[in-house]
Amino acid sequence: MRLTPSAEQEQFAAALHAMLTEADIPTVARRWAADDPAPGQVVWRRLAELGVAGLAVPERWGGLAAHPADVVIACEELGHHALPGPVAESIAALPMLLTTLGDDALCETWLPRLASGEVIGTLAVAPHVPYATDADVVSLVLRADERTLRLGVPGPRLRSVDDTRRLVEVADGALLVTGPTVGPAVAHALDAGALACAAQLLGAGHALLETTLRYAGQRTQFGQPIGQFQAVKHLLADVAIGLEFARPLLYAAAVALADHPAMAARDISAAKVACADAAQRAARTALQVHGAIGYARESGLDLWLTRIWALARTWGTQSWHRDRIRTALAAGDLT
Amino acid sequence: MRPAGTMNLDLDDETHAFRAEVRSWLATNVPATPLPPVDTPEGDLAHRAWERQLATAGLSVVSWPTAYGGRDVSPLQWLIFEEEYHRARAPVRINQNGLFLLAPTLFAHGTAEQRARLLPRMARADDVWAQAWSEPEAGSDLAGIRSRAVRTDGGWLLSGQKTWSTRAAQADRAFGLFRTGVDRHRGLTYLMFDLRVEGVTVRPIQQVGGATGFAEIFLDQVFVPDADVLGAVDQGWTVAMSTASHERGLSLRSPGRFTAAAGRLVRLWCRAGAHADPALSDRVVDGWVAARAYQLHSYGTATREATDRPPEPPPPPGRADRPTRTGPTMLSGGGHATSMTKVFWSELDVALHEVALDLLGPDAETGGLRTGTAGWAGDDGGTDAWLDGYLFSLAGPIYAGTNEIQRTVIAERVLGLPRDRR
Repeated sequence: MRLTPSAEQEQFAAALHAMLTEADIPTVARRWAADDPAPGQVVWRRLAELGVAGLAVPERWGGLAAHPADVVIACEELGHHALPGPVAESIAALPMLLTTLGDDALCETWLPRLASGEVIGTLAVAPHVPYATDADVVSLVLRADERTLRLGVPGPRLRSVDDTRRLVEVADGALLVTGPTVGPAVAHALDAGALACAAQLLGAGHALLETTLRYAGQRTQFGQPIGQFQAVKHLLADVAIGLEFARPLLYAAAVALADHPAMAARDISAAKVACADAAQRAARTALQVHGAIGYARESGLDLWLTRIWALARTWGTQSWHRDRIRTALAAGDLT
Repeated sequence: MRPAGTMNLDLDDETHAFRAEVRSWLATNVPATPLPPVDTPEGDLAHRAWERQLATAGLSVVSWPTAYGGRDVSPLQWLIFEEEYHRARAPVRINQNGLFLLAPTLFAHGTAEQRARLLPRMARADDVWAQAWSEPEAGSDLAGIRSRAVRTDGGWLLSGQKTWSTRAAQADRAFGLFRTGVDRHRGLTYLMFDLRVEGVTVRPIQQVGGATGFAEIFLDQVFVPDADVLGAVDQGWTVAMSTASHERGLSLRSPGRFTAAAGRLVRLWCRAGAHADPALSDRVVDGWVAARAYQLHSYGTATREATDRPPEPPPPPGRADRPTRTGPTMLSGGGHATSMTKVFWSELDVALHEVALDLLGPDAETGGLRTGTAGWAGDDGGTDAWLDGYLFSLAGPIYAGTNEIQRTVIAERVLGLPRDRR
């Protein structure tokens, strides 16, 4: 039994944190949104050098074949910094999709390039992931449904509340795979993406808690820091509790993915529900405690707020995930 | 073969065997119908007898050292024991104040003589203990204690009034803080005293559901020997806070209690055919998820290895729009972080029971407080148990430091916000 990060995992997360802090992600993200993806692509290459892009890729295709917990820990740190780009897609869902399909030609074509950082990939899977994030700035775009996997042809860009998420409609491109193997592979890819999404939500929620604690300690009204008022303290205590008790569900879902596949859908849904709820509470509280300045873009809060609002509803809505848990519980899967 | 340090939820062989042993013993020995209510004379006798039965089987205090009647099991195995205990619907622990509040304090601050004299008797419920923290003018503001301990030959004379003292109406002994000096915090001493001696008057207090789970204690020159001072004179606040941390944390209300209740809730929901009601179903799901979150969180804390890096201190101030890093978990740190656990489980307990009552609908109110036991033994809880459990759960956000006090502690001691003007 173990449900806390190892010293190595802690060091890995700290190294990611140091690199992303140095990279000045808020500036990178603004430029990504403003049609200048080059600085973001540099960061993604650095991530690949650190091994992040290949965590979920098997060794025979040039990856690290890491434990799902490593993917979760990395994605949490990427969410913590609000890294722009298709994190859940390229780092988690696509490697799972291609690996599970087991089509050696496809794997050989794409997995080594995903792992090395040569290629960033994205994916649209209706209805949960209807648009391909960043499809206009990455070089692998896939489109999947229950029966077919195709290349995706990027179409018009849509607005996202998070303008660093470049949402793109994709049309059908060349057919890659069709048949009964696609459905299960897509389901696995959705689970891997939902878990990565949950991890990013937890990281983003933590970032907002940290930022808001700093602000509440510095901003004075009525002659004292606003963080000295109990009304503010209690809001922030509840945010901390929500995040604290979401994290073990995230780790347990990673363990289920590795060791108990029959429980993975239920446990990933529990992680997504808890992380999205906790992150949304963090977002609401961050905005409330900052007051008007938080509502203004100059505060920079919007990067995390809008990311949370978007991610909480993609890779499966809260209702859909609760329904999956409900189904498992009704079937007697209680442990 | 898995590399060292890999996350997993597997139990080792020894822990598997321990779970099997506990489950098997409970299956054989837990009474098929509930014992009489613990605060009645028959219930008092029955619950003391149950504790002796547990102790004889070596299952009364599994986490204690063997020298005091325990089995020295790991923190994880203690969590497993609790899961099995609550899953089996075994009787309420009549001596929980002693086992979960006083004993940890004795291990931390007691003398070898005190441990040898008090712990084995506690393990067999030869002494049932009450807590005596609150006073009429010292509730959330516990340091406002007025009851005094005055020096006398060979000991102390206690005078004053304690209230909301759990189990005091039937217990043999009690522990609490008494004023021995003028300093608000450094003028308090932790004392253990007999409840059945001259000068002690106990008046049971009827609770919202009709039971008498707590009482007032009036003390008039009650003699306590020096041997029953726990820790140093005037250092009682520090000593008590280690107990308070246990009370708030997982030892008093372990995850097993809530995973068992969530499991019964799911079965009740299945039986009620309420799947079609999405609002109720979502609440069942959220209750189950929260119970599991508490369980998993405790697994993480219990199995954190000594070589693991300690949690990082709070982040230094930085640029407002750049995240810092608070480390993997805030909670594993110290006593103050158990305030997070306390708020979490107490609100979870209320939520689980509220959903159950809503599932029971108009039958919920017929729980027949203390008038019958029909349905109790069912694996979905039974109306009586859910109603009594609901009333009990409502005390959770109040006792052991109200959740408002806990949120302030979390904000100040865990999150580093500036202290209130108090």
